[in-house]
Amino acid sequence: MKFAVVVFPGSNSDHDAHYAAQQVLGQEAEYIWHKDISLKGADVVILPGGFAHGDYLRTGAIARFSPIMAAVKTFADAGGPVLGICNCFQVLLEAGLLPGAMLRNKSVKFVCEHVLVTVEQADTPFTVACRPGQVLRMPIAHGEGNYYADADVVARLERNRQVVFRYTNANGVATDDSNPNGSVANIAGLCSERRNVVGLMPHPERACELALGSADGLIVFESALKAMTQGAFVAAR
Amino acid sequence: MTIATDVLERHGLTHEEYQRIVDALMREPTLTELGIFSVMWSEHCSYKSSRVHLKTLPTTGPRVLQGPGENAGAVDIGDGLAAVFKIESHNHPSFIEPYQGAATGVGGIIRDIFTMGARPIALLNSLRFGPLEDPLVRRTFAGVVAGIAGYGNSIGIPTVGGEVAFDDSYTGNPLVNVFCLGIAAHDDIIKGVASGAGNPVYYVGAKTGRDGIHGATMASAEFDERSAEKRPAVQVGDPFMEKLLLEACLEVMKTDALVGIQDMGAAGLTCSTCEMGSRGGAGVDIDVSLVPQRETGMTPYEIMLSESQERMLMVVKRGREAEVEEIFEKWDLHAVRVGEVTTDGRLRVRNHGEVVAEIPNRSLTDDAPLYRRPMSEPAYVSEAQQLSLASLGKPVAPAAVFMRLLASPTIASKRWVYRQYDHMVRTNTLVMPGMGAAVVRVKGTRRALAMSVDCNGRFVYLDPYGGAQLAVAEASRNVACAGATPIGATNCLNFGNPEKPEIMWQFARAVEGMGAACRALDIPITGGNVSLYNETDGRAVLPTPVLGVVGLIDDAEAVVRRVFRAEGDVVVMLGETRDELGGSEYLEVMHGLIRGVPPALDLKREAAVQRLLAEGAARGAIKSAQDCSEGGLAVALAECCIGTGLGVDVDVQSVASAAGFGDLSTLFSESASRAVVSVAPAREAELLSLAARLQVPARRIGVVTGDRVRVAIDGRTVIDEPLADVERPWAMAIERCFEPANALA
Repeated sequence: MKFAVVVFPGSNSDHDAHYAAQQVLGQEAEYIWHKDISLKGADVVILPGGFAHGDYLRTGAIARFSPIMAAVKTFADAGGPVLGICNCFQVLLEAGLLPGAMLRNKSVKFVCEHVLVTVEQADTPFTVACRPGQVLRMPIAHGEGNYYADADVVARLERNRQVVFRYTNANGVATDDSNPNGSVANIAGLCSERRNVVGLMPHPERACELALGSADGLIVFESALKAMTQGAFVAAR
Repeated sequence: MTIATDVLERHGLTHEEYQRIVDALMREPTLTELGIFSVMWSEHCSYKSSRVHLKTLPTTGPRVLQGPGENAGAVDIGDGLAAVFKIESHNHPSFIEPYQGAATGVGGIIRDIFTMGARPIALLNSLRFGPLEDPLVRRTFAGVVAGIAGYGNSIGIPTVGGEVAFDDSYTGNPLVNVFCLGIAAHDDIIKGVASGAGNPVYYVGAKTGRDGIHGATMASAEFDERSAEKRPAVQVGDPFMEKLLLEACLEVMKTDALVGIQDMGAAGLTCSTCEMGSRGGAGVDIDVSLVPQRETGMTPYEIMLSESQERMLMVVKRGREAEVEEIFEKWDLHAVRVGEVTTDGRLRVRNHGEVVAEIPNRSLTDDAPLYRRPMSEPAYVSEAQQLSLASLGKPVAPAAVFMRLLASPTIASKRWVYRQYDHMVRTNTLVMPGMGAAVVRVKGTRRALAMSVDCNGRFVYLDPYGGAQLAVAEASRNVACAGATPIGATNCLNFGNPEKPEIMWQFARAVEGMGAACRALDIPITGGNVSLYNETDGRAVLPTPVLGVVGLIDDAEAVVRRVFRAEGDVVVMLGETRDELGGSEYLEVMHGLIRGVPPALDLKREAAVQRLLAEGAARGAIKSAQDCSEGGLAVALAECCIGTGLGVDVDVQSVASAAGFGDLSTLFSESASRAVVSVAPAREAELLSLAARLQVPARRIGVVTGDRVRVAIDGRTVIDEPLADVERPWAMAIERCFEPANALA
C-alpha cells in the first residue's frame, strides 16, 4: 500500500508522517511536491503539519491554491482517504473539504503537549482499527487550533456523526480542563460527510513509538492500512 | 587626518584604529570602506578583546572534525555521521525588541548549522532575566519566549531544552543564548570558503533592506537610557523564508556544485564576502547594484552593512550555475549572481561597475586589531567571598526553606516556557523538556545525543575561575545523567565592558577555568561566541560563561531520565555533600545574598562520577538520575518525584556547619560532583560496587515510596511534605506571574 505525503514549502511534519508510514508501519510512502499535479497512484493521502506557506496570512489560505490540491480534491471526491494533520486540517477547512474554521488558541499562545482524545467514530479510514470510545494520547503543537463553527453546523456535525476525535479526560468525558485550545464542543478532529476525508489537530505521526512518549497514534496509520487492504472502509455515496 | 571625530565615534572606531585603516589601505578610506572596517573590527565580529584568551581553550581531539573558525564546530558521532553545533548570543537585540531579537537569534544559529551541510534537528536556549516582579522584565521574558517559539516552531526544528535563570543584574540586559545542533555525513560537511578564480558568487534569500545596519556595532557598546532609539538596528525575522533557504541549500549541497557557502549574519554582506575570501586565500569582487533590494535608493554603504535576515552567499563551481539556479527556483527563491572569485585577496565592491571599496581581505579578518586589555582583580571579590553564617540570624526551619526554594523561578518548573515551544517535531525527542538533559535520537542509527546548556553566574561572579569550572562540570554532568559521554562543547561568554580591567579579569579567569575543566574532562570546545558590553548604565551582568555540552549515547534505549520510576526502588546518593552554601540559591532566596566561596570542584572526582553515570546507564542499572545543583539535595529529591505520583523517604548524614546551619547546609549546599540516582533493589549491589571501582562515594539513602517527600538527617525528620504540596509552588511559580487567574485555582 502506498501513502502520498504532500510537501508544501513550509511543511515541517512531512518527514515525520513519511517516517511513520514507511519506517514504523512498513508501507510504501512517497513525497509529493505541492507544485505536482498527480498523486502518483497513492492509495492514501496525508497532508502533513507545518506552516504551509508561512501562514503570515490566514492559516492555510494560500495552500488551497497549490496545484496539488486539485488532485487531492479529485481523489477525495472519488472516495479516496485523505488525512489532514494540524496545519493541513486548517488547509482542509480552507479548501472547503471540511466545514468550520480555526481561531487562535484561547490562551493566545502556541501549545505543545500531549493531550487525550477520544475516538468517537470508528467508521472512517483512519479509525477503523479503533474501538469506539478508545482514548488516545497524542501531542498537539499549534497556535491556531481553536475549532469554530456556528451552532447549526456543529449540530449537523454531531447529527451526522462527523466528530471523529474529541478532547476528553481519561474517562472519555469532554471537560473544559481537557480542552487545550477552546475548540467548540471539544472538537479535535472531523470527517467529511462521506467519511473519507479526516482532519485533526493532534499529531498521530508523533505518537507512533513508545520511545517518543506514546505509540497511540500508530492506530491511525494501521487503520488506513486495514481500510485499504482489508476492504474495511468504503466511502459513502 | 581628515576624518571627523564624531564620524569615528558613530562607527565605534578609535583614532588609533583609524590610523591602522589608513596604513592597511595606504590611503584614506572612503565612507563605504570605513563602514566595512567598523563592522569587521567591532568586538562582535573581530573578537579583538577576547581572541588572545580564547586561543588557550582546548579545541582538538580525536572526534573533532571541525574546530573554531568555521560557521559551526563538528564532532564525529560514529556511523560516518557528525554532530554539528554551536551556541550564539542575541542579548542586545533581545533587550531592544524582545520578540524579533530572540527570533532572529534562532534564525541566525540555524543558518550557521545548515550552512555546514547539516540538517538541524535540535534547538536549546539559555536565558537570563531580571526578577519577574518587574513588569518590564515580564514583557521582555514573554517576548523572548514568544520570539523563540515563533521562529523555531514555524521552521520545524524542535526546541528540546535549555535553562532559564533570574537575577537583578539581568534586568536591563537579558541574556538570550541559542544553541542549535544538526547532523551531517562526514563527507557532506561544507565550508565557508571562496576559491577558484572566476567562480561565480551568488546571493540568495531575502532582499536587502535598511534593517540591522550597525547591528554588530550596537552589540559592541553598552546600553543607556537612549537604547530604545536603536530599535531600527534590530532585524525582523521571516522563518518561512529561512525554511525555504534551509531546504533549498541542503538540496543544492547534495549536487557537489558548491565551493563554499556562508550566511549573512552580523555585518551581513561585508562579513560573508571578506571571510569567505580570507579563508580561501582568494579575493571576492561583487557589484552591489546586482543585490536584490527591498527599498529604493540604498547606498553601497547601506547594502554592505545591512543585517537583513535570511540571506546566504555562495560560491558555485563555474559551469554548474544552471543546476543551482534551478533548485532555488523550485523553492521559489531567486539566486542572483553578484560577482566572482578573484586571485588578488581583495574585497572589491562595485556599484554599477564603479569601484567603491577595495580592501585586502586579511586586513578585515586575521589582521584585525588584537588587544591585550589591562586586567585587574575587582575589589568586590575578596569582600564578597567572606561569608559568616552566624550573621544570618537564627536558621529557618528546613521545611520552610524547602518550600521557598521550590517556588524560586530559577528552580521552579519552566513548563510555561517550553509548552510554547514545539519540542516534538521531527520525532526524535526521547527526553521531554523538564526531564533532564535534552536527548534526541539519531535516525538511521542506534545512537542518541544528549545536550545541556548551563552556567551559574553567581559562582562565576564570586570566583570566575572556579565558577567557570563548575559550569563545565554541571553541563557535562547533566548529559552524563542521561547516560551520555560528553564529546564536545560550545561556549557563549557573556560579560560586561572589556575596556574595564575588572571585567577583563573576570573574562580571562573564566576562560582559564573553562579551559582547565574541559581539558581535565576531555571535552574539546569546537566553537562559540563572545558577547561583551552586557552593561546598562555602567552596571554589568553577572559574568555568565554558558557552556553547551553534547554527549553521545551508544544505545538510545538506554537513555535515563530524571524522575523516579517505581515504588520500592533504592535511592542512592553519588558524591559527597560538604558545608558549601557559598553562592547558593538558598542564600539568594532567603537572604538576598550573593556571597561566599563557590563549591570546591575536584575534576578527577567529577570525571569519575560522570563515568559512573554513563556506565551505570549503559548497563541498565541506573533507572533515574538527577544532578544536585541549584537548591541542593533537597530540591533534587523533589525534582525526582514531581509528576510521577511517587514519593521518597531518605535519611542522610549530617554535614557539620557553623552557627546551627548543619541541617540547612546538608540539604541546600550546592556541592559539586553529586547526583541522586534510583536503582532496582536487585541491582543496588552492582551499582555500589561499580562506584567503588571508580572510586566514587555512593551511599544508599532511602527508597522510592508513598506519596510524601520525607527527608531525615541522622534519623531526625526535617522535611515531610505531601507530594501535592511540593508540586504546587514549583509548578505555579512562573505561570502565576503571567496568568494570575490560574494561580488562584
